[in-house]
Amino acid sequence: MQKKTFKYGVHPPDFKSLSSGFAIETPGLPESVTLFLNQHLGKPAIPLVSVGDSVKTGELIAQQDGFISANVHSSVTGEVEAIEDFVDASGKLSKGIRIKAEKEDDWVDLVDDEKYLDLPSDEIIKRIQDAGVVGMGGAGFPCYVKMMSKNIDTVILNGVECEPYITSDYRLMLEKGEQIVAGMRIFMKVLGAKKGIIGIEENKPKAIKALHSLLVGQSDIDVQPLELKYPQGAEKQVIKACLDREVPNQGGLPADVGVVVQNVATAVAAYQAVRYRKPLIERVVTVTGSAVRNPKNFYVRLGVSFDYLLEEAKGLIAPIAKIVSGGPMMGFAMSDTQASISKTTSAIVFLRESEIVSKEEGVCISCARCIDVCPLYLLPRMIVSSAKNKLWDKAQKSGALDCLRCGSCAYVCPAHIKMVQWIDLAKAKLNERALGEKKI
Amino acid sequence: MKLVVSAAPHIHDELSTRSIMWNVVLALLPAWGFSIYYFGIQALLLTAYGVIAAVLSEYSIQRFRKVPISVDDGSAVVAGMLVAFNIPVSAPWWIPVVGSVFAMTVGKHVFGGLGHNILNPALLARAFLMASWPTAMTNWSKTTLGSISGMAGVSVDLASAKAQMLVSSATPLGVIKYLRDKNFVDGLGVTAEQGQEVAQMLMSKFASFEVVQNLFWGNCGGVIGETSVIALLFGAGWLAYKHIIEWRIPTCYILTVFVLTYVFGGINGIFSVSILFAISQIFAGGLVLGAFFMATDMVTSPCTRRGRVIFGIGCGVLTVLIRLKGGYPEGVCYSILLMNLAVPLIDRWTTPRFFGATAKRSVK
Repeated sequence: MQKKTFKYGVHPPDFKSLSSGFAIETPGLPESVTLFLNQHLGKPAIPLVSVGDSVKTGELIAQQDGFISANVHSSVTGEVEAIEDFVDASGKLSKGIRIKAEKEDDWVDLVDDEKYLDLPSDEIIKRIQDAGVVGMGGAGFPCYVKMMSKNIDTVILNGVECEPYITSDYRLMLEKGEQIVAGMRIFMKVLGAKKGIIGIEENKPKAIKALHSLLVGQSDIDVQPLELKYPQGAEKQVIKACLDREVPNQGGLPADVGVVVQNVATAVAAYQAVRYRKPLIERVVTVTGSAVRNPKNFYVRLGVSFDYLLEEAKGLIAPIAKIVSGGPMMGFAMSDTQASISKTTSAIVFLRESEIVSKEEGVCISCARCIDVCPLYLLPRMIVSSAKNKLWDKAQKSGALDCLRCGSCAYVCPAHIKMVQWIDLAKAKLNERALGEKKI
Repeated sequence: MKLVVSAAPHIHDELSTRSIMWNVVLALLPAWGFSIYYFGIQALLLTAYGVIAAVLSEYSIQRFRKVPISVDDGSAVVAGMLVAFNIPVSAPWWIPVVGSVFAMTVGKHVFGGLGHNILNPALLARAFLMASWPTAMTNWSKTTLGSISGMAGVSVDLASAKAQMLVSSATPLGVIKYLRDKNFVDGLGVTAEQGQEVAQMLMSKFASFEVVQNLFWGNCGGVIGETSVIALLFGAGWLAYKHIIEWRIPTCYILTVFVLTYVFGGINGIFSVSILFAISQIFAGGLVLGAFFMATDMVTSPCTRRGRVIFGIGCGVLTVLIRLKGGYPEGVCYSILLMNLAVPLIDRWTTPRFFGATAKRSVK
């Protein structure tokens, strides 16, 4: 099939070969886990347990709060040790439930509905909601909310994984392809979509081939090869690439153009939630970087610490300069390895001094490379110069509020200007002002 | 374990301001090599004077302004080279020095230094030198080379003082400028028919494959940097490969000059010249140097894609206008400077449509 792509973007080296050749491994149970109340977009969940309570694996420990929120389940069997602020996977302090794990792994009762596709849509959506399934590609948007969209003709499964280093979705596509397809079937059925597309970048030919062979004779689901380019995995970009449709800016949603996008890992989680009523308590995490002795992909319980994962990867072989939670383009730099992973943590990257760039911000030479690469056709340098001069209206006219924070502009800026942060500042000021106006 | 905690992205493209500037220096080396080959050691010395003067003046200005010294970023070296490239090889040593000092002070640092100037410093320096020392800036005495000597053969036959002028105005465009001047042709001391004949003959000589070839290889008169098209294209190719220059400005610029010259370039009304003549016109007079190395100057060219197209076409129109109707034989320098001034306006006019800005939402 013809390769497709979106307009502009950048070509960072992918570094995926460090971990792409290793099958997903399931390490031994952790000694403790920290489960955060806000592993998703929206309101944090409300804790249902207290310190000292014993919980089973898969037991609901925090209840979703409001429409855009998600349940949190215990990922181990053990005793609630503390409910307080811990360092989360984005490096911030956030309220979480720490559970001290016991040796045995005592699960809540699961079911096995072989005819899960015959369940009524309401029931399917409810099971996805109950299981606390959220977008596992990074945004963490509650999956069930998207399942309630109307007028959807196409479901896109996002297997792009355009961030360098990360291979968790790749291994999932190689090893759990049938579950991905099953998840796709569930989404298509619930949404009434006639068409399914699995978008995969061309640097993963084995994944394309694997899914392709699973879909022989199923003409309503296509595997769409995509050109290698960042940020193709961004929701708007993957829709543009696969269908050449543009999601409206200023708050438009994929549903506005008849599309729902889900990550491939989310499809697996949704399938398990619908068929087995299995809550989302495990995920694949890539532990990688040239400083790691054995870069690998692990299927681990949510809430395990970075330390635990690093130990499973047999530690470091060289001094590191940066720990990145997520991919190096949009991920978070961590101050230590005490933090714990959440539903949206796809990788932990340990970078050496030579791999990172930490230069002083220079002077803009208006080379316009930021404008040339912006996948949303914005004017990043104008936003930044406006922000520096506190000209918020001009920042808005240059597209500040549309920015998706992909970091392509900062990646190419020869003056190493902190584009994303300046744009964030402009955004914050504009939002603050809009709020102020509303109050008046 | 000392960890860096900073905001994303954590990796970066290899190009920096510094490497961009030094790559431009690298890209200018082939043309410099050719000019040293053709013009001799003087081409090397004048360029060296220009570069040294540029670097020293930037250093002193930054010392004086008490700002960090950044002469090692290569931008002063680029400016110094380009100033020298715009000077004829027969110019005295102080011409590139004065030019570079002017470029660094009035051209760059009065605006606040790197990234803040509105005009291309090297071209501003050239305009300044042209206005101040026109004789030194148009003395081609050491540059009479292949194609021009061939032409001299034609004109010397006329054995008049004016014909001698034709030879001494030894850039290809200079010769054509004289031919366009009716008074000049009339004053050749020949009959009107004969004058017309000579003019035709010279014009057709420009349309010869030989002249195009000479211009392409650099075997003709001109300033230090403009002569060899092949050497300049080699450097430009390198910059394009490194994604330092983008195709829109040079392509639109050169195509505009080509088309307008083909249509209006003749002395006998429109479409009175051959394609070869139009080609010789785009290879001559620093157009290639200007289009690839000066119109593309990041600081002084538009940021938006459509803006770059407008900028390139604008430079082309002004260049042809100056060449055909203006007082100078070539118009690259002034056309780019004029378009530099229009850049903020062009950028404002050409704000692109943002992703999804016109997309329709489905009816709900």
